[in-house]
Amino acid sequence: MILKTITEELGLEVKNAGVDLASDVTGAYVSDLLSDVIANSREGELWITLQVHPNIIAVATLKDLSGIILVNGRQPEEKTLMKSVEEQIPLMSTGLPAFQLAGRLYRLVEEC
Amino acid sequence: MVEKRDITKVQELVYEMNVEQVMIKDIITVGPNNLMSDLRDLLRNKRISGVPVLENDKLIGMVSIEDFIKCLAEGKMNSAIRDRMSCDVEVLYNDEPLVQAVEKLDRLGYGRFPVLDRKNRKLVGIITKGDVIRGLLKKIEVDCHEEEIHRYRASHVFEDIVADKTTLTFQYEVVGKDFNKAGSASSGLKKTLRRMGISPKLIRRVAIATYEAEMNIVVYAEGGEITARITPREIRIEVADDGQGITDVRKAMEPGYSTAPDWVRELGFGAGMGLPNIKNCADVMNMESTVGKGTQLEFTIYLDERGKNDSQNNN
Repeated sequence: MILKTITEELGLEVKNAGVDLASDVTGAYVSDLLSDVIANSREGELWITLQVHPNIIAVATLKDLSGIILVNGRQPEEKTLMKSVEEQIPLMSTGLPAFQLAGRLYRLVEEC
Repeated sequence: MVEKRDITKVQELVYEMNVEQVMIKDIITVGPNNLMSDLRDLLRNKRISGVPVLENDKLIGMVSIEDFIKCLAEGKMNSAIRDRMSCDVEVLYNDEPLVQAVEKLDRLGYGRFPVLDRKNRKLVGIITKGDVIRGLLKKIEVDCHEEEIHRYRASHVFEDIVADKTTLTFQYEVVGKDFNKAGSASSGLKKTLRRMGISPKLIRRVAIATYEAEMNIVVYAEGGEITARITPREIRIEVADDGQGITDVRKAMEPGYSTAPDWVRELGFGAGMGLPNIKNCADVMNMESTVGKGTQLEFTIYLDERGKNDSQNNN
């Protein structure tokens, strides 16, 4: 399923407007520990986290993730946003907590 | 000797791509109670040759330019589309491989197929021979472009150098406690390796290991240096810092063991996964640490089998 469909279905707010949302999302990984994401996330997955500092973009770039979703209404730091534009990593935000978001995303990606 | 049958790029692509990737999603439809005469402007203005007929969101038929011409010849342009459409509609599903579409277009001789969503059986698109060809050409163009870039870059680095032994060295400075700049050394190295045409799988391993090493400098030291030495056979990374050193190297290698302060953990670092991650990515890893002086870490990732064999013979 492409990222654009997911942002629409889940009402995600895309922070770096204009970023390419055509990538194919293969799943998602939920974690706030960067090394854990590095070790266990897979290429093409979305990353659900509450971390907002610039290093999340580095991790997403490193693992070729399809995007980052910030939960609980968290907003990215300015540097994070700048980096996300630079690296072209889709950065999204939602008011939902991680559990709710992951549940809805799972239904959308895995069960269709 | 058995000769392997060549599979062309197009044959590969029709299996790889699916109907959804090439179909037209912006569909024009008509209702069954519309008149055949309504088709006149629709077919002409939109330059299409067939239209799906929908009733309550359900596909109940297709009406084509052939049906229209037949009607025109019979002088029955006031009949309802319901009475003139083809009800026996062959469909494709959005997730079917493109090869199904090609086969069906070929076998049944229809100009177009409506595409249904597999799950809710709703009409999501329409596909013609032209769409298939356009989709394939676009994909080939993208792939070809990527291959060209890849070849150009790779040929420039090692193959054009005439020497008995070649080593390229890249150096990166890492500043301690600066979380804004953290990660820039490894992402710089990743970009450089990509430009050199090294395979993405190997690049990812190098980048992950380098990132973890870089973060260790940022978290635990005042500063340090990362040096990447690249030969046609291997990538060796040396990481040196002026930090406090590691008291128990063996313990530091255990997953989950960490001495990071709370403020670092709050940022999501210091999970005790760094060194184990490096070890998983590297073919060879060595670490030496002197308490109060600093740590030297070295790891190697082989670029090909020869690199692996060479080092085994040397050992």
